[in-house]
Amino acid sequence: MKLRSMLMIAAASAVAISIPMQATADEGTLKVGMITTLSGGGAGLGIDVRDGFMLAVKMADNNNLEVVIEDDQRKPDVAVQLADRMIQSDKVDVLTGIIWSNLAMAVVPSATAQGKFYLSPNAGPSALAGKGCHENYFNVAWQNDNLHEAAGAYSNDAGYKKAFILAPNYPAGHDALTGFKRYYKGEIAGELFTKLGQKDYASEIAQIRASDADSVFFFLPGGMGISFLKQYSGSGVDLPVVGPAFSFDQGILQAVGEAAMGIKNTSQWNKDIDNPANEAFVAAFVAEYDRLPSLYASQGYDTANLLFSAMAAADVNDADAFREALEAANFDSVRGDFSFTTNHHPVQNIYVREVIKEGDVYTNKIIATGLTNHGNAYISECSM
Amino acid sequence: MSFLLLIEQILNGLQFGVMLFLMAAGLTLIFGVMGLINLAHGSLYMVGAFAAAAVAKLTGSFLLALVASLAAAAAAGALVELIVIRRLYGREHLDQVLATFALILIFSEGTRWLFGSFPLFLDVPEVLSGPVTLPGGIEYPLYRLTLIAIGLAVAVGLFLLISRTRIGIRIRAGENDREMIAALGVDISRLYTLIFALGAALAGFSGALVGAIQSVQVGMGEPVLILAFVVIVIGGIGSIKGALVGAILVGLTDTLGRFLLPALFSNFMDASDAMTVGSALASMSIYILMAGVLLFKPTGLFGAKQA
Repeated sequence: MKLRSMLMIAAASAVAISIPMQATADEGTLKVGMITTLSGGGAGLGIDVRDGFMLAVKMADNNNLEVVIEDDQRKPDVAVQLADRMIQSDKVDVLTGIIWSNLAMAVVPSATAQGKFYLSPNAGPSALAGKGCHENYFNVAWQNDNLHEAAGAYSNDAGYKKAFILAPNYPAGHDALTGFKRYYKGEIAGELFTKLGQKDYASEIAQIRASDADSVFFFLPGGMGISFLKQYSGSGVDLPVVGPAFSFDQGILQAVGEAAMGIKNTSQWNKDIDNPANEAFVAAFVAEYDRLPSLYASQGYDTANLLFSAMAAADVNDADAFREALEAANFDSVRGDFSFTTNHHPVQNIYVREVIKEGDVYTNKIIATGLTNHGNAYISECSM
Repeated sequence: MSFLLLIEQILNGLQFGVMLFLMAAGLTLIFGVMGLINLAHGSLYMVGAFAAAAVAKLTGSFLLALVASLAAAAAAGALVELIVIRRLYGREHLDQVLATFALILIFSEGTRWLFGSFPLFLDVPEVLSGPVTLPGGIEYPLYRLTLIAIGLAVAVGLFLLISRTRIGIRIRAGENDREMIAALGVDISRLYTLIFALGAALAGFSGALVGAIQSVQVGMGEPVLILAFVVIVIGGIGSIKGALVGAILVGLTDTLGRFLLPALFSNFMDASDAMTVGSALASMSIYILMAGVLLFKPTGLFGAKQA
């Protein structure tokens, strides 16, 4: 008994001594906590972000970076717990990785309030771009509305006068229809909110058929989009379809198959954007993982490279200098020119892509530029 | 035009309903005969869909894919029954829920391990793709009509199996009095394995049929499982007839609710508010239906009288 308590005291003091020592050893290194979705229905997106990020880490071969990766299971409560643990016991300096807007809303405000940096590789809810913006929050992908705004602009260019629009009934779905309508000038033939996670769209397709619409805009990410497209193509309704890249990314196109051919979709990235950084990224990704990268992978890759550019310019312990280095965005984005708006979201081109088939693989080809050097609609709401 | 749209929506509801029936039939049999709450039923649905997608990719034949879905799900069901479920019959429902929930996790991660995280491709066969024109000028997808026909055929087949065959007599007897049928010399554990495999095969079959027009991915079974539970509670636990009526009721309520409620609210609200309120209410409609049925018939529409 006595021996045991002595051992415990010894162990406790060893821990107490090792803490300050560790702090000094950490000088110059940076620890990243990645919280992303690696299991469950939405895992494909998180895996792509992680793989893109880790590819950049491997290519940079920078020993001063340490990455902790955890799975949020697409659950806000799990994400919050992971963030707390990473901040308190792993002592991370920077957080990243979250895919879904509702999870980002649960994690980001408290992490940035504790002085941590958050670099978003995907989710860009309007609340974090406008009134809830924060000096330590950076979005490397897009503001949620962006791709839908480009789809609206493209619908004008294509001469569509009566669009039927639908999205799931949750915040990002409302953002999507708002974004589309912000740029689309024609009439709305019908507007539908579907259930989040809905798999059967027979009822919606029947309403599209019965309307006098001349085109369809839909935002149904992941499996919802696969279901919709397959059912739409079998229904005999042949109105042209426009949507954001989320239903046409490399991960799910193969599951949609022929039904997606020729559909126009909007994206800030594609594998045929012509610049050396993108060429190197696509080649390295295919070599490493034996599949084509998706836009999510490109976002993860850019996030890591942004981080490296800031690490080269400043130490993360000097928060002001590090923030300035991030704001400078001095890295070679796979999207070409890249800079941040004052509310820390990208200024970038949004392209219009078309689904094509290369050999046996369905993929996308850029056919036009939807919006050039596009920022976001919430800059004036952010007082930073 | 509006009348045609309504007819089309009713067909949609019917198609959704008969596919739900395939899931609910197995669930209700297993619950009724063995007294087991099987949360892993949705995983068997997923197993069927993945087996079909894999075989369709390999052979290019949708018919073989359907056979594979039946075989794979029945085999998975029988295996699970022999290894895990068999130990749960005498336990409380809470233990059963815990164990079968663990099975969901095992099936999901196992499938991810085998097939990866990205959705698989499974498409409607060429001969059944595209729309047909029904009398009255309704254009309706041929595949969905086929689903309705298959679902109703399975319902008739199950009804005959239960009411006319020896195995059906044993199933009904097992439902009524487990000890007595065992005492009469029926190998009860073999009967249980058989019923479990039959339920699993039906779930896998519907996974493959529905997977062709939806997405084949990990976790696809759980949303359907919840609906199937609603169906058997409405229909009365253990009753195949109840499962059929309940499934069609749920299918029609859900489909027509999504279509009619927003239109109804738009009569006295502006369009986008009506949309939001209507959609929200529509997603609750089947649960309201369930609550309503339970209020008047606590054991469900065709449930056995409380013992």
